[in-house]
Amino acid sequence: MSQALTDTSARPAPAAVSGPGWRVIPALAAVVVVLIPMAYLAIRATEVPWSDVVTIVTASRAGEYALNTVVLGFTVSATVLVAGVAIAVGLSRSRVSRLRWWLVASALPLAMPSYLASYGWLVIWPTLSGFGPSWLLLSAVTIPYVVLPTVAALRSVGGEQERVARTLGRGALQAFLLATWPQIRPAALAGALLAFLYTVSDFGLVAMLRFHTLTWGINAAYSASFDRNQAAVLALLIVLIALVGVLGERRVRGQRRLSLGRLRPVGPALVPWVRRSLFVAMLTPLALGIVVPMAGLISRLVQAETLLAIDPARLAEATGWTVLVAVSAALTATLIALPIAALAAKYRTRLASTIESLGYLSHALPGIVVGLSLVFLTLGTLPVLYQTLAILIFGYTVLFASKSIGATRASIEGVSGTLIRVARTLGETPFGAWRRVTLPLALPGILVGALLVMVATMKELPATLILRPTGTNTLATELWTKTVAVEYAQAAPYAALLVLVAAIPAMFLAATRSEKGEAT
Amino acid sequence: MSVTFVRSAVVLAVGSLVLSGCAPAADPEPESPTAETSSEPEAGSVEAVEGQPESDNFLTLYSGRSETLVQPLIDQFQETTGIEVQVRYGNTGEMAALLLEEGEATQAGVFLSQDAGALGALRAEGLFSTLPEDISSRVPAGFTSTDGSWVGVTGRARVVVYNQDLVSEDELPTTADELVQPRWSGELGVAPTNASFQSFVTAYRVMEGEGAAEAWVSALVANDPEIFEGNTPILEAVEAGVVPLGLINHYYWYRLEAERGEDNLASRLWFTDVGDPTSIVNVTGVGILTPAQLDQDAIDFVDYLTSEAGQSYFVETTYEYPLVAGIDAPEGLPALEDLVTPELDLSDLESLDETTDLLTRFGLL
Repeated sequence: MSQALTDTSARPAPAAVSGPGWRVIPALAAVVVVLIPMAYLAIRATEVPWSDVVTIVTASRAGEYALNTVVLGFTVSATVLVAGVAIAVGLSRSRVSRLRWWLVASALPLAMPSYLASYGWLVIWPTLSGFGPSWLLLSAVTIPYVVLPTVAALRSVGGEQERVARTLGRGALQAFLLATWPQIRPAALAGALLAFLYTVSDFGLVAMLRFHTLTWGINAAYSASFDRNQAAVLALLIVLIALVGVLGERRVRGQRRLSLGRLRPVGPALVPWVRRSLFVAMLTPLALGIVVPMAGLISRLVQAETLLAIDPARLAEATGWTVLVAVSAALTATLIALPIAALAAKYRTRLASTIESLGYLSHALPGIVVGLSLVFLTLGTLPVLYQTLAILIFGYTVLFASKSIGATRASIEGVSGTLIRVARTLGETPFGAWRRVTLPLALPGILVGALLVMVATMKELPATLILRPTGTNTLATELWTKTVAVEYAQAAPYAALLVLVAAIPAMFLAATRSEKGEAT
Repeated sequence: MSVTFVRSAVVLAVGSLVLSGCAPAADPEPESPTAETSSEPEAGSVEAVEGQPESDNFLTLYSGRSETLVQPLIDQFQETTGIEVQVRYGNTGEMAALLLEEGEATQAGVFLSQDAGALGALRAEGLFSTLPEDISSRVPAGFTSTDGSWVGVTGRARVVVYNQDLVSEDELPTTADELVQPRWSGELGVAPTNASFQSFVTAYRVMEGEGAAEAWVSALVANDPEIFEGNTPILEAVEAGVVPLGLINHYYWYRLEAERGEDNLASRLWFTDVGDPTSIVNVTGVGILTPAQLDQDAIDFVDYLTSEAGQSYFVETTYEYPLVAGIDAPEGLPALEDLVTPELDLSDLESLDETTDLLTRFGLL
C-alpha cells in the first residue's frame, strides 16, 4: 500500500469547501456533555454577588494562587515541549536497537500518579517543597504526552527535507527547525497542551510539595471554609487560565498536516555527543518520575513490621473495579471525543475550532469540582443514577475526553484524502467511505486516545471519592484509605500495584505508537 | 442493589412525610423530633404516633474518619445489633461538601465528622435533626453542640510536636505567644487550611479577643512559619527534621508510634500550658441528617458511638480522649479534665468565618 502513495497523493483530505452543516450537531452535543461542570460552576458563581467576587479575587490569595498556577502550567508545558521533542528525536534517530522497549520505558512515567511521585520523593528527601520540585516532577510525569506522539510524527515526516536543508548549508539544528519542526509541531503541541491541563488541575502533588496553586485554594474553600461559591469562583479562574492555554496552542499549532500513510527513513543520524546527551535526557524523567519515587515507596515497604495485613481478596477486588471503570471510561470518552475530533479534523471553520477548544476545558478542573458538579446535576435531573457506576464513568468521561480528542483528530487528519476519494468513486456513500476507510486507518490514533483515558482514570482519586457507588473501592481509593490512616507501610503495596496496573495501558500506548511506525 | 433501592424509597417516603409535617427551619429547634412531629397524628390510627422512629436494619453512614480507623467499630456494631451499615468514606471536608450539595436528597442517615467545623457548617444549613435528649446529654457541655444537632464522640488535644534531636525539652514554648518568638523564626510547621489549626485560632480569638488574635497571627506570619497541608505532613516533616517543631493533634503521633515504635521516632509530643489556646481539645462528632430523623438505626448507631463499647474502642485503638463520663483516657496522656479550658465553649469554635477572614487577611489562606 505504501508503495502506491507518493508524497503528493498522500495529501490529507482537503478541508471541505462547504461548511460542516449538520455534521456539527453530534460534535456540538458531545461538547455540551463535556462542558456540563461549567453549568454547575456558573450556577454557583452567580450566587456570589459581584462585589464578593472582586473580594475573593483581590483580598484573598486568589491572585497569588492564579499566578502560581499560570507560572507552573507554562513552565511545565514549555519544559516538556522542548525536552520531549529532543527525547523523541533522540529515540528516533539514534538507531537504537529495541526501539520499542525504549518507547515503552519512556511511556512509564504516565503510570505514576503525581501524588505518589511527590510522596515517594518526600520519603527520600523530606525538605522538598515549592516551585522547583513541583515543576520538575510534574514535567517528569507528563513528558510522555509529548514524547510518544512526537516519535510517531517524526516517523511519518521522514528526513528527506531535512537532508536537503543540510545539503544547502544549514546547520543541524537549523535544518531541523526549518524542515522537520513545522511538521511535528501539531503533535508535540497537542501533547504539551495535555501536560498544561494536567498541571493546572493537579492538587495532590502541589499540596504535598506545598506550592500553592488555585487547586490548593479550591480545596481550602471546600474543606476549611465550607464555601462552595468561593470554590466555584476559583475554579472558574482555572478555566480562564486553561482557555488561554488552549487558545495559545491553537495559535502556534499551525496548519501543517501529516500523512500517516507510510514510514520513511527517520532523518539524519546524530553526532555522538548529541546522541549521548539525548540519551541522558530520556533517562531523566524515568529517574525523576519512576525510579526515585518507587524507591521511596519500597523503602517504606521494607520498614513495614508486617505485610500480613494485606488482604489479597480486597486487593483483587479493587484491581477489578479499577480495570472495569478504566476500560468503560476509555470507551465512553472515545465515543464522546470522536465527533469533536472528526469535525475538527475535517473543517477549519470558526465553529469547528471553537467546539474543539471547548472540549479541552473540563480537563483543567480539579476532580473534586467535577465530582460535586455531577452530584448537583444528577440529583437535580436523574436522581435514580446517583452514586451509580454510570455516573462515576460519566465523570471520568467529562474529565478525560480531551485526552482522546487530540490523538483522534491527528489520526483522522492523517488519513489520505486520495483513498477517501477513491472509495467515493467506487460508489461508497460518504459515511460508508468514513466507516471503511477513515475509521480503520485512524484506529491506531483512536486507540492511543483511549489508552490515555484509561491510564488517567486508573490514577484518578478526588472525583472517584465523590462519585463512586458507596462501598466500591478502586486501587486509588484504597491507597488513599491507607495514607489518611498514616499506615504508609500498608499503603506501599497498593501504590506499587496501582503503578503496575496503570503501566499496562501505558506500555500498550508506546507499542501502538511504534506499531504505527513500523507496520505501515 | 434492590435493598439499597427499597431503603432509599423508605427513607425518601419517611423523609417527605416528615418534611410535610414540619417546614425545614434554618436552625433545628431544640426539641426532640418526636415532639416536633407528634402534633399530626396519623389518620385512622389512634396509637400510631407519627414520628415514632422505625428500623429497617439498614443504615448509610458518611464517614469523614478513615476506614482503617472506624470500620472495626462498625463491624462490632453490626454484630451486636444486626443492623447492616453501608459506609461511604472520604475526607471530612469533602464529605461535608458532598452533604451540602446533596441537601435533603442525601441517602446518608448519619455523618461522622473529624471536626466540629464541618458539623457546624451542616448545622448552619439545617441539615441535622435534633438528637434524642438522652444521647446528647451524655457528653458534657463544651465538648458537644449546644442545641443537640450533633454530639461529640472523641477529643483530640492540640499539642506541639518537636524533634528531640533539634530541640531540647527545656527550651520548648509553653504558650501560643512563646511560639511566635523570634527564637522559632522559620522553625514552626503549621497547617492553616486544616480545621484543627483553625479551631485553635478561633479559640485564641474567643479567649484573648480579636485584637490579640490579630496581633498573634501577624507575629506568626512575621516569623516565617512553614506551611503544610495537614497534621500528617507536619508530623512527617518534624520526624524527618525538616522543621524542629509543629502544631498537630496528639493522636497522630501515637498512631505513628504504634506503627514504628517509640524508639524509632525522633519526634515527641509537648503539652503546652493548660488554659492556653494552644492546648485546647478539639472534638470529633456525629449527627443524624434530617431525612433520617425517624430512622431508629441511625439513632442506635449514634447511641453505640457514645456507649461504653464505642468510647472504649476509640481509647484503645486511636488513642483519642473519650468524651462520655466514666471512661478512662488512654494511658500516658494527661487527663482530659486537666486540659479543659474553662472559659471556652467548643460550640464557639463554630464561628469559623471570622477566623478564615483573619487568616486570609494575613495571607495564610
